[in-house]
Amino acid sequence: MTTVSTEAMTAETLLGMFRTVSRIHACDERLRGLLNQGKIFIFYYSPRGQEIIPAAVSACLSADDYVVTTYRGLHDEIAKGTPLRPLMAEILGRSDGTCRGKGGPMHISDPGSGVMVTTGIVGGGIPIANGLALASQLQGDGRVTVVYFGDGAANIGAFHEALNMAAVWSLPVVFVCQNNRYGEFTPLSETQRVEQLSSRAAGYGLAGVTVDGNDPVAMYEAARTAVDRARAGGGPTLIEAMTYRLMGHFYGDQMPYMDQAEYQAALAADPLPRFRAMLLEAGHATEEQLAAIEAEAGAEADDAVEFAFASPAPEPLSLFEDVYAEVRR
Amino acid sequence: MSAEAMELTMGAAINAALDEALTSDPAVFLLGEDIMDPAGGVMQITKGLSTKHGRDRVRETPISEQAIVGAAIGAAMAGLRPVPEIMIMDFLAVCADQLVNHAAKLRFMSGGRTNVPLTIRCLHTGGFQMGAQHSQTLEAWLCHVPGINVVFPSTPADAKGLLTACIRNDDPCVFVEPAALYGATGPVPAGEHVVPLGKADVKRAGSDVTLITYGRQVHDCLGVAAAFEGEIDVEVLDLRSLVPWDAEAMLASVAKTRRAVVVHQAVRRCGVGAEIAAFLSEELWGTLAAPVLRVGAKDTPVPYAKELEEFHLPSAADITEAVRAVTK
Repeated sequence: MTTVSTEAMTAETLLGMFRTVSRIHACDERLRGLLNQGKIFIFYYSPRGQEIIPAAVSACLSADDYVVTTYRGLHDEIAKGTPLRPLMAEILGRSDGTCRGKGGPMHISDPGSGVMVTTGIVGGGIPIANGLALASQLQGDGRVTVVYFGDGAANIGAFHEALNMAAVWSLPVVFVCQNNRYGEFTPLSETQRVEQLSSRAAGYGLAGVTVDGNDPVAMYEAARTAVDRARAGGGPTLIEAMTYRLMGHFYGDQMPYMDQAEYQAALAADPLPRFRAMLLEAGHATEEQLAAIEAEAGAEADDAVEFAFASPAPEPLSLFEDVYAEVRR
Repeated sequence: MSAEAMELTMGAAINAALDEALTSDPAVFLLGEDIMDPAGGVMQITKGLSTKHGRDRVRETPISEQAIVGAAIGAAMAGLRPVPEIMIMDFLAVCADQLVNHAAKLRFMSGGRTNVPLTIRCLHTGGFQMGAQHSQTLEAWLCHVPGINVVFPSTPADAKGLLTACIRNDDPCVFVEPAALYGATGPVPAGEHVVPLGKADVKRAGSDVTLITYGRQVHDCLGVAAAFEGEIDVEVLDLRSLVPWDAEAMLASVAKTRRAVVVHQAVRRCGVGAEIAAFLSEELWGTLAAPVLRVGAKDTPVPYAKELEEFHLPSAADITEAVRAVTK
């Protein structure tokens, strides 16, 4: 586990994070179950294995802080507080979804919880996060923007342009690279020469740090430092959160490109049971307390699934709404 | 038009619209390459604005078109009204992902829960021997993407009024400035002046043939129409905005003249003229006395040599020939 002391973190914060990862895990499990049972047919990019990262980051954020994420974003959206019922309904393409069934899981927006953009374009959200942060800087509203993306996005031009601009303008933004070691079907070693992507921050004059994203305490501390820096006017940070993608690129991916020894080791080091064991060992919670949190998360996920299936399909004529402010035919 | 009008160039009219927007709405800010003083923009269109409104609101950027449009999108989603400048229209290709996959679609993808009220200003050239990467007229690309407004002024007054309408619009707008007209003068209303999007302007009434056009070619068409005076009665319709476009005005004019020629600087293939020709054919089949013709640039990249570029671009002679063809 971690070498960092847990003393700095309160049991309340850690249990809050455990509640978050339990809700993420319950929804992810439900979706994989529905796919296995043939009850839904969607492309699903499971966040399994990466849950700790946004749970730790969100523990450092306020409700009105902004988040931008990517198609593998279920964990980021739930961690930021997107309500599960409309989230699940959107994933199923129903009229009560966060986006009235028009966005889908790749394009979740829920401004009420600060989730402003979920993009399906690798790296596409990074420059937009700068704009949200710029608005906060110009309006002095004290908000921080967090943008999540994968290691693959660190090789697209938008990442480089955005990091430079954020540094030049000293924007209140935190770039969180969830380095799960694979860009789609290709291991990182095939697509980059640097050891750590966080080293790229130095090239643009901003703070960069690599952290074990599967370690709740280390991840929380890295996020705390970056969010506090941004909120205090100290400018942007690039956090490279090391993690592992346990379910492949999309659910059902047979993963022939994975190193089997590495994959088995990652499964054995699954961050969720480790987090649970750590809480028990440190005496932060009892088995009964953790089981109750998990049961509550499971019930909430079941309720969200039920809600989503009961929600009607979008009305055909709603197609013409939301293209522009006024309906044009 | 207001009684209080003064003679301004189109460049000065755009500067006035930006100045008034910055003055009247604290949510408005400009960002782009070289836009601050002392440069004041590569064509001096934003001259004086950073000095007057400050460097936060008239904001210099790195040469990073994706980051510029991305920053504008995010700020717009958070309640501001950014006016990014993408210097020359050809460079929209550099930031196409931000414009096409994000700005245009975020309102829709969010089910109306977010919107992106930004206005990208860009100029287009052609005829200046700037070669294939600095001379394109690419409005057709933009019109093909639902979610963007595409606006194309031809006079200083319209430039001021349409730009003001774009900045106040709640959706992404691309405002295309014909660089050839920056120095052209005309009366411009002082103070607030708004020209609503989607309203065409009959620049000259006529009964025999309608020239449907926009931007720089409005002036070429008016020249041709004047030359036909007493022989063929030519109506000239300036669309002013392509998305939304004024379907009623086009139908009313062509139902009357029964003949139409669409004129634009962009290459003909898959240009806006093709869309208008299809639209008029669908709506007025049986009424038309001739096929709708298109006058546009030849289907090649824009060449450098003066003689080649003149051959590539649509000319007054091309418009004249098309008018004769539909009226013979």
